[in-house]
Amino acid sequence: MTIPLGARVPENYLTADYRLRSWLFTTDHKRIGILYLISLTFYFFVGGFFALLMRLELVTPAGDLVQPETYNRLFTMHGVIMLFFFLVPSIPAVFGNFFLPLMIGARDVAFPRLNLASWYIFNLGGLLALASIILGGVDTGWTFYTPYSSVYSNSYVLLAAGGIFIMGFSSIITGLNFIVTTHKLRAPGLTWGRLPLFVWSLYATALIQVLATPSITIALGLIGVDRLLKVGIFDPALGGDPVLFQHLFWFYSHPAVYVMILPGMGVESELITTFSRQRPYGYAFIAGSSLAIAVLSFLVWGHHMFVAGQSVFASLIFSLLSFLVAIPSGVKVFSWTATLYKGAVSYATPMLYALGFIGLFTIGGLTGLFLATLAVDVHVTDTYFVIAHFHYIMVGGMVMAYLGAMHYWWPKMTGKRYPEAWGRLSALIVFVGFNLTFFPQFLMGYLGMPRRYHAYPPEFQIYHVLSSAGASILGVGYLLPLVYFLWSLRYGAPAGADPWDATGLEWRTPSPPPTHNFGETPVVTEAPYAYRLREDEGGSP
Amino acid sequence: MNASFPPTEPYATLEEQRDSATLGMWVFLSAEVVFFGALLLSFVSYRISYPRDFDVASRQTKVALGTLNTGVLLTSSLFMALAVRAARKGERRGTIGWILGTMSLGFGFLAIKAAEYVLEIQDQLFPGPHFYLPGADPGHARLFFLCYFILTSVHALHVTIGLGLLGVLAVRAAWGSLCREKGHQVEIAGLYWHFVDLVWIFLFPLLYLLGRHPPHG
Amino acid sequence: MGDDGPRVRTYLLVYVLLLGLLGATTGLAFLDLGGAGAAAALLIAAMKALLVLLFFMHLRGSPRLVWLFAGVGFYWLAILVSLSLSDLLTRPWFSSVLGSRP
Repeated sequence: MTIPLGARVPENYLTADYRLRSWLFTTDHKRIGILYLISLTFYFFVGGFFALLMRLELVTPAGDLVQPETYNRLFTMHGVIMLFFFLVPSIPAVFGNFFLPLMIGARDVAFPRLNLASWYIFNLGGLLALASIILGGVDTGWTFYTPYSSVYSNSYVLLAAGGIFIMGFSSIITGLNFIVTTHKLRAPGLTWGRLPLFVWSLYATALIQVLATPSITIALGLIGVDRLLKVGIFDPALGGDPVLFQHLFWFYSHPAVYVMILPGMGVESELITTFSRQRPYGYAFIAGSSLAIAVLSFLVWGHHMFVAGQSVFASLIFSLLSFLVAIPSGVKVFSWTATLYKGAVSYATPMLYALGFIGLFTIGGLTGLFLATLAVDVHVTDTYFVIAHFHYIMVGGMVMAYLGAMHYWWPKMTGKRYPEAWGRLSALIVFVGFNLTFFPQFLMGYLGMPRRYHAYPPEFQIYHVLSSAGASILGVGYLLPLVYFLWSLRYGAPAGADPWDATGLEWRTPSPPPTHNFGETPVVTEAPYAYRLREDEGGSP
Repeated sequence: MNASFPPTEPYATLEEQRDSATLGMWVFLSAEVVFFGALLLSFVSYRISYPRDFDVASRQTKVALGTLNTGVLLTSSLFMALAVRAARKGERRGTIGWILGTMSLGFGFLAIKAAEYVLEIQDQLFPGPHFYLPGADPGHARLFFLCYFILTSVHALHVTIGLGLLGVLAVRAAWGSLCREKGHQVEIAGLYWHFVDLVWIFLFPLLYLLGRHPPHG
Repeated sequence: MGDDGPRVRTYLLVYVLLLGLLGATTGLAFLDLGGAGAAAALLIAAMKALLVLLFFMHLRGSPRLVWLFAGVGFYWLAILVSLSLSDLLTRPWFSSVLGSRP
């Protein structure tokens, strides 16, 4: 292809075209990743805003900041936005889209136009959810239990459920795209055994997205039919079974939490190896455990229904299976820890988040075992113990992994370095703020503080005050990166192709990458994470 | 007609692109299996809870029309398979002809289904405020027809989407722009169409046939 | 993918089999088979489904990866149905604790 005299050669995917339409109609996976980054940052702060209001209300035992009905809407919208419009898409939609093709040496994902469609569908769903918020919100809890949601609630259930219904299609499309991409577009020499662990985790996540999401589509769709036609599918007065709804809902929503955490675990594997300059301990086990989690995650959903009227027999089965699903997660934690052993550990910001992840995820995971134990669950279900458990995993685990990924890959995506000192400070603030927010919640949950209550007996106040104080610190920790990342776009030092001296194909291309990713299709000849090897050879990449 | 065209980004070869498209459709269909399966679970779970009432209600479905419709859909699958075959061999007229044949049968299916719906609404079997079915608990019988209408209308929606896909393909084949991917798009649409047939193969006995024989005593 | 797939004769044979199974299933429905009636209907449906999958959808002759994804949806559906039914069917076992089903 000859370039006309005087034509400007695009340096990278960002500068290739500045027109708005080149962004809105792009099929470049990297641009789509950035589009998702913008949308998801927005939704994260919307969901966070609701959390802030909730924690403000909870500083005092009396319900004095908001009405009870309002509080119901606050926690519902916090859950709906954070789960469906931030956590589920998060790492796959941003970093998966950006880096999956780069990591496998491909020029794009398998279906680039479907990829763009998924972003539009996501935002359409998000618009419906925002509409329901602006009009007054939903008060059913993010779990939409029937028959309250299908018959009695006077809030905007249809809009919110509709938003999630639509967003589900975006999730299925992303998963489908990643599955076919991983199978079909790997560079020559890149066998499954040479894939980065991040790719393994994205693949396992994609499997769950494709196979679990249809269940919630149906569950919410049936609520919609019920509300529109008033037919009573889940209404016990007419013979309907509310527990059937819960089966359909949780068949998605339990695997969904693994959709949320698996990519974070994949990021974790990348960060731990890069910043200890070691091969991962037990590569095959880490890769296999991702698949094991994907499979086992579908077998445990009834542990959300121990007190819902589910039969004791089924509850026993689900309890046992829930213990099993903890095993692959444990395998990962052991592997990461062993990877650190005798490594050349450095403490850049991404690594601070990665180290925090190990500890906090472990606490979250262990408390999951408490909850899987049938008898203990009867005591702590629907208390703050559960809330602390899942926030340790989702916020202490997943959001930290997301931030770690942001700091790790920011230089590659933008060609700029963020200010490292601010990065480390924010990581520390996040860690302190997080623990102060959520550790007291374990204690008060065990002591009986129910979830979703805005007023409570005075003996719990000390825990709530600590928790709310922590939340304000955590909020600062989240706002700081927003500020300095944006600052770095203009004033940050330029980043080279490989600022962390890491292995992996994404570092073998300039920062930011050119539109077509690689000049020539790379050919892979060595094992992944060949850190030792490179040092032995004198250190050339 | 089957000159080789370059594959679109990001594929290196046309074969890679075709294989990816096929795999993509199968992945999508596996999601659809869970989708319809979740609806079927609802139906099965209520059937197990209310066997007698569901039997009575099920006997109200029009088994003759249902059987006919199943035959219509099976025939359309045959036509679709022949359309795919014609497309693979690059026979433009044959492809268009068999696609149009499939589509007519698809429309026929929808017409028969619509006729059934009309009859059922007239018989007061639509699960709205005028529902009336003596001989069974009204709440439970209503649930049967709720499942029936939801399952068959979601299926009919998929048939309609399939007809849309096939229509687009027929137009493309007529304009000659189907050669480029060697008619592979017909194969992909065929997979979707056959899947819609598969769903009906299970819906038909579950909705129309179980409980068809009146119980003794 | 150089071949043209199954022959027309194969398609016609499969079609005739499908129609035969359709006649069988409708006919059997009118007989008094008790519980076996449901099993028979589902079995026949499964056979029809296999014919469509293997021949019309070209599963026969497709790579193993396609077989995997063809089967995976059904496998997951089986999990959803079996574990949910394990709840539904066993609720009466402990009815003194949880109350009875309608």
